[in-house]
Parts: sequence; C-alpha cells; structure tokens
Amino acid sequence: MSPVLFWTFALLMLVFGVAVIVNRNPVASALSLVVSFLGLAALFMSLDAYFIGIIQVLVYAGAVMVLFLFIIMLLDLRAEARRQINWLASAGAIAVALALVLQIFYVVGHFKSAGRPFPPLARSTTDDVRNIGALLFSNYNLPFQIIGVLVLVATIGVVLLSRREPR
Amino acid sequence: MVTLGHYLIVSGMLFAIGFAGVMLRRNLIVILMSLELMLNAANLSLVAFSRFRVQPTGLPDYNVQVFVFFIITVAAAEVAVGLAILVALFRARQTIDVKDISSLKF
Repeated sequence: MSPVLFWTFALLMLVFGVAVIVNRNPVASALSLVVSFLGLAALFMSLDAYFIGIIQVLVYAGAVMVLFLFIIMLLDLRAEARRQINWLASAGAIAVALALVLQIFYVVGHFKSAGRPFPPLARSTTDDVRNIGALLFSNYNLPFQIIGVLVLVATIGVVLLSRREPR
Repeated sequence: MVTLGHYLIVSGMLFAIGFAGVMLRRNLIVILMSLELMLNAANLSLVAFSRFRVQPTGLPDYNVQVFVFFIITVAAAEVAVGLAILVALFRARQTIDVKDISSLKF
C-alpha cells in the first residue's frame, strides 16, 4: 500500500478516535467511532486481510453501532452537563496514556524486524475467506463451538437483564 | 515505505486513545466505546503480524486472522451484555454517570 493511503487512513482513524473521547454528545461520539472503524477496516485491507476488513465494517459499523445509537436514543441521553473537571485526575490519565505511547515507540524502535518491509505474497489473497474457513472448521473446531455457546449465553443473558421485573 | 513498525505504532496510539477515554470520561456509554477502541487496536497489531509472518506457501499467517475473528465475536457479545447492564442500571438509578454510582464506596 502506498504510504500516502496508509497515513490518510491512519490519521482518519486516530483523529476520529480522539473525537470519540472528546465529544460531549454521545451521539457524536458514536458517529465518530463509525468513521474511526472505517479507517481501521481500510488499514486491515491494506494488510491483505480482506475478510477481517469486511467483518469489521459489518460487525462494528453495522451491528455494534446500531446497538449503541439505539441505547442512546432509548435512554434519551442529552449532552453531558459541564461539570467541574478534576484537573489532577485528568492530567494523570493523559500522562499515563502518553507514557504508554512513549514506551511503545521505545519498544518498536528496538525491535529489529519492525524496520523491515512486509515480505511479498505469492499471490493475491482475495480468497482468504476460504482459507480462514478451512482453518476454522479443522484446527479451531472446538474454539468455534465454544464461541457459539458464548454467543448463545450472551443472548440469553441480555434478554434476562433487559426484561422488566414481573410484579 | 510502510513497515511493520508503522502499523505497531499506530495501533499503540489507538490503544492509548482508548485508555485515556476509559480514564477521563464519566459517561458509561463512552467508556464502552473506548473499550472497543482498545480491542480494535490489539486487532490491528495482530493483523499486521499476520501479514508480516508470510508462510512458506506465500500466504499470510491465517491462524492469527482466526484469532482476530474470535476477538471480534467476543467483543460484540461483550458490547451487547454491557449495554444490557447499562439499561438495567439506568432503570434502577436514572443515571449512567460513574460518579453517581459509588454505593460500594465508604
């Protein structure tokens, strides 16, 4: 992928990621999250992971975001009232996040393979759905079944949690 | 030229943004969104490593992409359960501000 496209999508993702946590209005946060995830899906596709990129758009920009917006509308949340900001706690949180970024820069800087370009692929990977599916149903069959049970348990749990108490 | 290091640093920055969101914000919905950002930052670095570890067949390491698939599934289930808990909490307390939910504190 050309560096121009990489930086475009990376900046799109990071800028809208910051918008998620800066916006006071939860609806604006949710919509910024959609744009951020679209940038992330483009980065996945730049890494030749087309299937992951597509389920990223389907699951996050589609299902999860509808869920977030639906809950925001259901609870009828207004923009957060301006409150006294605890400057000490905010400064501490930002300092810890910055320390994390600096550490990652340091670790990646000392990681020999990080400077090497990606090795070329033998052929285009537009058929990666088949490859992932074959692996999922052979090597990872048991984890796949367990994930199915997990999703079933989550569904039952959500229905139980959101049911009103019978009087 | 874009290398593995660029992807790792971008992923680390996305994780830091999500982390700052969890620490700074008091709105539970925004905290859940920041958790999603952190999970996706991990996915980005996993996919970058998958593309970097080209197998002898000349294809990316698909084991990693299966792992990313599992992470996305678990994250979706987590959001559904988290939002259901949030709705139950809102019905009981009429607030989703973490500052107002401090009953366990002395």
